[in-house]
Amino acid sequence: MTTREEIAGGLAEILEEVAGVNPDDVAEEKSFTDDLDVDSLSMVEVVVAAEEKFGVKIPDDEVPNLKTVGDAVSYIEKSQKA
Amino acid sequence: MNHGSVSSGSKILAFGHYQPSQVITNEDLSKVIETNDAWIRDRVGIGARHVATTESVADMAIAAAGKALAASGLTAADIDTVIVATCSSIDRCPNIATRVAAKLGINAPAAFDLNTACSGFCYGLAAADHAIRAGASRNALVIGAEKLSDVVDWTDRTTAVLFGDGAGAAVVTAVQDGEEIGIGPVVWGSAPEKGDVLKIEGWRPYIKQEGQAVFRWATTAIAPYAQAALDRAGVQGKDIAAFVAHQANTRIIDGIVKRLDLPNAIVLKDLVESGNTSAASIPLALSKAIERREVPSGAPVLLFGFGGGLTYAGQVIRCP
Repeated sequence: MTTREEIAGGLAEILEEVAGVNPDDVAEEKSFTDDLDVDSLSMVEVVVAAEEKFGVKIPDDEVPNLKTVGDAVSYIEKSQKA
Repeated sequence: MNHGSVSSGSKILAFGHYQPSQVITNEDLSKVIETNDAWIRDRVGIGARHVATTESVADMAIAAAGKALAASGLTAADIDTVIVATCSSIDRCPNIATRVAAKLGINAPAAFDLNTACSGFCYGLAAADHAIRAGASRNALVIGAEKLSDVVDWTDRTTAVLFGDGAGAAVVTAVQDGEEIGIGPVVWGSAPEKGDVLKIEGWRPYIKQEGQAVFRWATTAIAPYAQAALDRAGVQGKDIAAFVAHQANTRIIDGIVKRLDLPNAIVLKDLVESGNTSAASIPLALSKAIERREVPSGAPVLLFGFGGGLTYAGQVIRCP
């Protein structure tokens, strides 16, 4: 089972690779668009990479609900338990 | 009328293209809708697009086809099939293919339009190749022509910045016995369950697109199909001299390239100056690159179209 910290760490790696985000800036309360400057297309790339990394499905409809890093961590955590 | 003799395959003799003279830059667009050059270049990679003022879809198709025919060494009398890929022709009948034939003086060809949106040219190329293999054609004109400015909602800043007008054409001919085949097996298909993410619907029709969903599909689904086109042609990625993807978005093209192994290919990005011209984008980009002498004659080139439907098609060709 992956912990929230491990999921957040994995997302930080993805964000660095896909959108050049400094991993030190990644925290659960940060907004992808407003705080981390991840645009809508980079967000899709983050989601696709997260699906592969965590073995979960994140449908298109769900992407707009993932506003903060914490939202994404919670969704991935919930999906892994399901 | 066709000649009735089957062939082992086909090849492309020549390309031609046409773009309207009016250029609309991102700067021009920013004066009429809330957008700016940096935003468009960063998200999509487009810097400008050509927009038809007086030309119709047929006019652009005729101009591109005329140039391809002149460059091919064939004459109108040799052509027995005309295929026009378009999703933006407002006129439905007579179709664009017969208008092209009438204007170029092509006598009694099989003439049809096909609509698979942005993948149309590769579908058309496959249809011509198959007709030649079946003995239903010897020499075909395949044209992608679009006047998307007619179906763009100029008040929708999410789509108005994306599209342009233009046409590209190829002359396809049967290979002689023992001659190398110049059009590889097509890999084609669709994802109809996702069809709603890109529409030109209703009356009066406007383009509507769910950009994120299209981006996701294009950057994840297409690369394996493009790899299949390489495999079916028996060509290795390292031997591909140029990759011509549908010209929708530089980040989509980069995303596909990242998943393929094409170390020696130039990757065409004509959308920077032409916008997304749907079915016209692949022949337009390649015709211009050939004119600039960027792709050597005989070199293997990977074409891959994808778009509304959601449809896709692609094949390896030998550059004329």
